[in-house]
Amino acid sequence: MKQAQGTVFKYGSNVDTDVIIPARYLNTSDPAELAKYCLIDLDKTFVDRVKPGDIIVAEKNFGCGSSREHAPIALKAAGVSVVIAETFARIFYRNALNIGLPILECPEAVKGISDGDQVAVDFSTGIITNLTKNETYQAQPFPEFMQELINSGGLIKSISKK
Amino acid sequence: MGMTMTQKILAAHAGLAQVKAGQLIKAKLDLVLGNDITTPVAVKEFNKIGVSEVFDKSKVAIVPDHFTPNKDIKAAEQCKFIREFAHDKEIENYFEVGEMGIEHALIPEKGLVVPGDVVIGADSHTCTYGALGAFSTGVGSTDMAAGMATGEAWFKVPSAIKFVLTGKPSKWVSGKDIILHIIGLIGVDGALYRSMEFVGDGIKHLSMDSRFTMANMAIEAGAKNGIFPVDELTLAYVKEHSTKEYTIYEADEDAEYDEVYHIDLSEIRPTVAFPHLPDNTRTIDNVGDIEIDQVVIGSCTNGRIEDIRMAAQILAGKKVKKGVRVIIFPATQKIYLQALKEGLIEQLVEAGAVFSTPTCGPCLGGHMGILAAGERCVATTNRNFVGRMGHPESEVYLASPAVAAASALTGKITNPEDIMD
Ligand code: SF4
Repeated sequence: MKQAQGTVFKYGSNVDTDVIIPARYLNTSDPAELAKYCLIDLDKTFVDRVKPGDIIVAEKNFGCGSSREHAPIALKAAGVSVVIAETFARIFYRNALNIGLPILECPEAVKGISDGDQVAVDFSTGIITNLTKNETYQAQPFPEFMQELINSGGLIKSISKK
Repeated sequence: MGMTMTQKILAAHAGLAQVKAGQLIKAKLDLVLGNDITTPVAVKEFNKIGVSEVFDKSKVAIVPDHFTPNKDIKAAEQCKFIREFAHDKEIENYFEVGEMGIEHALIPEKGLVVPGDVVIGADSHTCTYGALGAFSTGVGSTDMAAGMATGEAWFKVPSAIKFVLTGKPSKWVSGKDIILHIIGLIGVDGALYRSMEFVGDGIKHLSMDSRFTMANMAIEAGAKNGIFPVDELTLAYVKEHSTKEYTIYEADEDAEYDEVYHIDLSEIRPTVAFPHLPDNTRTIDNVGDIEIDQVVIGSCTNGRIEDIRMAAQILAGKKVKKGVRVIIFPATQKIYLQALKEGLIEQLVEAGAVFSTPTCGPCLGGHMGILAAGERCVATTNRNFVGRMGHPESEVYLASPAVAAASALTGKITNPEDIMD
């Protein structure tokens, strides 16, 4: 599987779906349109600073709140290559994998990584390398059924095959 | 090993005699739900699957409730898109403006969920139907699409936290205060990935409307679902609203729980969640002086008839504080009509409140009551995240309809006990 590498944007706990993409922008489902407002209520400068491949690192319960799939879609369309957090809210977790936004649970990485660090992720091994600090962290492997989903290219592809 | 109530429902829908926490199962769905925000994304995904029909036209429900009556052109286009899909696929439970309501109040009212069902909805508050002894949980649009196509969904069987409720709540304490108290206790991720199972003697003192409120906010503790046992009150509700067959499941006596909390309802005080998380709770005795600009009474959490009666009881014959905007929105047309028949709307309008058509409206900062920078609102809704009701510098305080109505009279967060006998 592929690698990701980019600059880290680091946030705290309970980054909710309302700040990831506020409801006032939900009158569309166009990814490019949603990406323009990604994280606007948490970090106004995010959209201007983010580059393709960049990485979000956050503490606990990332993506809590509503079931809007627009949240992982907005992050993915903004160029985010992976979200690393201590824990994810369960609907966000499901949605991210369903739409193909890689996410990893790894408390040690969250502790070790600072805002602005250069980080690389190897999805096949779950190894996260902090290039700035010269450290590595091992993420939790995906549960087996999630691995199957990812390997078949997301939920829709996995059921279309039948 | 025994199973929790949730595990038993899931086992039955997976065709298994036994399931345990952490196990992966595929369960049959009794209902798949979506709204005007999540369904457009689901329809696009559905069209990629390559099936021409939904799995069962009577088991899909689509409710345009968030930005309706259409708030702008883009919202109108989204609604048109799902209306055409519903028409094209001959979906029986598509509810147009005029018959619709906020989905989580409407679906039980229409009798579409009964005890023992498994329901997924592309809306996080789908967990509301746990009040009826059903397993229901929020998912995303892609899961909705797959559910509409196959009639099945994957679940990881959750473990559970048990809440043993005893005692009788005092007069101005309702389901909202109890669930806010619980979320304050365990935190917004306190039940992450798990079920919240409510049991105990105290439940008999909780109306169905209070139980809906409590199950509704299970997601605010991160839970997969919240669920109540089925009792006489549940069955009376089911009889009144549905002709569907139901099955009553009970937790095994030796079911395992991760944690058990004992809660004496008689000790619970009116409770308010301060910005910007639902677990940032204080009892009414500790709120201090919080001046407000707006009061919102409604939503899938507290827009039911009992909530509107409560508001009317407090506001009837009085005037809302000058300068405070009070917006009341019943959750469904039926509740609206009931409020009309009982004279509640007249009382509320005379007191100085506006009464809205059913819609999610201000609850998610959609329309009909958006806040400006620096403004504060007491709301009976369920989320007080940054920017939830408008400007990122506005503030939402979550409370019961009684606290919200009392606050409307004084212009600051107020204990209903101080105003009423
Ligand atoms: S009333 Fe609020 S919480 Fe309920 S479904 Fe509508 S937007 Fe969501």
